[in-house]
Amino acid sequence: MRVPVIIYGDEGLIRDMDEKVREQAVNVATLPGIVGASYAMPDAHWGYGFPIGGVAAFDPAEGGVISAGGVGFDISCGVRTLLTGIKRADIEPIKVQIADALFAAVPAGLGSTGRIRLSEQEMDAMLEGGAVWAVNQGYGREEDLDRIEEHGRMEGARADCVSERAKFRQRKEMGTLGSGNHYLEVQEVARLLDEKAGRAFGLAQGDVVIAIHCGSRGLGHQIGTEFLREMVIEDAKIGIHLPDRELACAPILSPLGERYLGAMRAGINCAFANRQIIGHLVRQALADILPGASLDLLFDVSHNTCKVETHAVDGVARELHVHRKGATRAFGPGNKSLAPVLRKTGQPVFVGGSMGTASWILAGTKESEARAFSSACHGAGRSMSRHQARKIWRGREIVDELSQRGIVIRSPSMRGVAEEAPHAYKDVSAVVEATHRAGLASKVAELRPLACIKG
Amino acid sequence: MPARKSGWTHFPHGADIGLCGYGPTLETAFEQTALAMSATVTDPSWIQPRTSVRVECEAPDPELLLIDWLNALIFEMSTAGMLFGRFEVHIDGGRLSGTAWGEPVSRERHRPAVEVKGATYTALEVKRDGDGNWVARCVVDV
Repeated sequence: MRVPVIIYGDEGLIRDMDEKVREQAVNVATLPGIVGASYAMPDAHWGYGFPIGGVAAFDPAEGGVISAGGVGFDISCGVRTLLTGIKRADIEPIKVQIADALFAAVPAGLGSTGRIRLSEQEMDAMLEGGAVWAVNQGYGREEDLDRIEEHGRMEGARADCVSERAKFRQRKEMGTLGSGNHYLEVQEVARLLDEKAGRAFGLAQGDVVIAIHCGSRGLGHQIGTEFLREMVIEDAKIGIHLPDRELACAPILSPLGERYLGAMRAGINCAFANRQIIGHLVRQALADILPGASLDLLFDVSHNTCKVETHAVDGVARELHVHRKGATRAFGPGNKSLAPVLRKTGQPVFVGGSMGTASWILAGTKESEARAFSSACHGAGRSMSRHQARKIWRGREIVDELSQRGIVIRSPSMRGVAEEAPHAYKDVSAVVEATHRAGLASKVAELRPLACIKG
Repeated sequence: MPARKSGWTHFPHGADIGLCGYGPTLETAFEQTALAMSATVTDPSWIQPRTSVRVECEAPDPELLLIDWLNALIFEMSTAGMLFGRFEVHIDGGRLSGTAWGEPVSRERHRPAVEVKGATYTALEVKRDGDGNWVARCVVDV
């Protein structure tokens, strides 16, 4: 190990963590050029290569690496939250209608395809333009861009580093939600814990918000697949010892590292554009049903990325490549990359639940930089495999049980619903509490689901 | 010598799904692992073998060849909207040529549970067990 491993969590969370989290965090700590520590967030669980919930920063000047496994297949998977300015009581009578309209408008699940087809030139423009491209095409509003990481466009993206196969895999997938743990959820602000931050974010008790969780779809999956393979083979040649092949990486300052960075950043733009399009579909779908809803964008976070950021390490500012695998960037107050309206409070951090369970909105803190390069948790994390969940529950039972609790579920797959059963996930409140107490991000609001579209 | 059986299982993984295929030959183990992958999406017996696709790959070792085989199928599933329920694999050194039979995914008939994003190098193993059977395993990201 080149650096220590630091795992955040309370006693219960750490006790329940899979042994693999420790093993994988230790493996990450052996990679060349790692700086500070190999971190695991309170929602960490067994991933592939990095633990899910893993954070690690690398210095190119010290032989630091970029790892395709450290970013993962779903490049820039993330959460976007839209405000409505409408109270729960006002949507209660039409909740089912809203769920049906959203389910009809946003393609979800395996076998669904988007309605947008991009030409070769448009695909490249999307990959280099991200949400800025999407807004220029008429998807969403100019003011959305200030509320997306990187202002909606990842610099340094290179469409020419993305293979034809990856682009081909994306051709029917623009504006689709995907499946697995991806969702589109109508939520209520059940508890507002930080009035000041809540005001800055535009949140009030009882407000309805809409959360979109998805990523870069087939394009990101294919980029991950191809570069992992190339890096695995190259690492053996150049003598980078990998304790786990999934950690496949390349020196940042190498042709392969630079090509991956260009492709991965194009993947980030694809995710930005995808969530921008889905946000637009949501606005269209609700225009007639909820004419009074503002549907302004609160923020859009990514949780599978590698970003170049400047962080103070032992009092010295260093430019680092920060990998966050299933972890959310959590810039604190004053960070200049945040839009002025968010600069006082810190970056909104969205922590997703699982259908029946709460989600949370937190705010980045100043201390988070010293704790884990300004990173926080991203979700509850599974406590049970899909296999186990399917043995215990039937999708229909879950839908009925949630319906009795007033939560409308729409999904093309009942088996998918069973595998995503709320009880197959850890207690998100414990994860959020540990994140808050560790100073990684501070609690702003607890959200309760009202309707959920599962992919 | 014990009878050499072929088959597949899933093994648990924190966030995703572990695939394991086994059989008397490397080829059958690869075919069974592919079947285990289809079973993450739907019941493989629900997939009609209406059309076929051919897949070719080449890799420096059997473990990478397994990943390449599965990823080639994932690409076909994703881009052609297909599910596959029957496989035939031939391996010659580091080269694999395979055929997969299946049909376009139907949300009504197949009730697909997840979309497979990629085959990972986690828990990746291709080996012969004590009985001489071939075993192939890895985790897929879903």
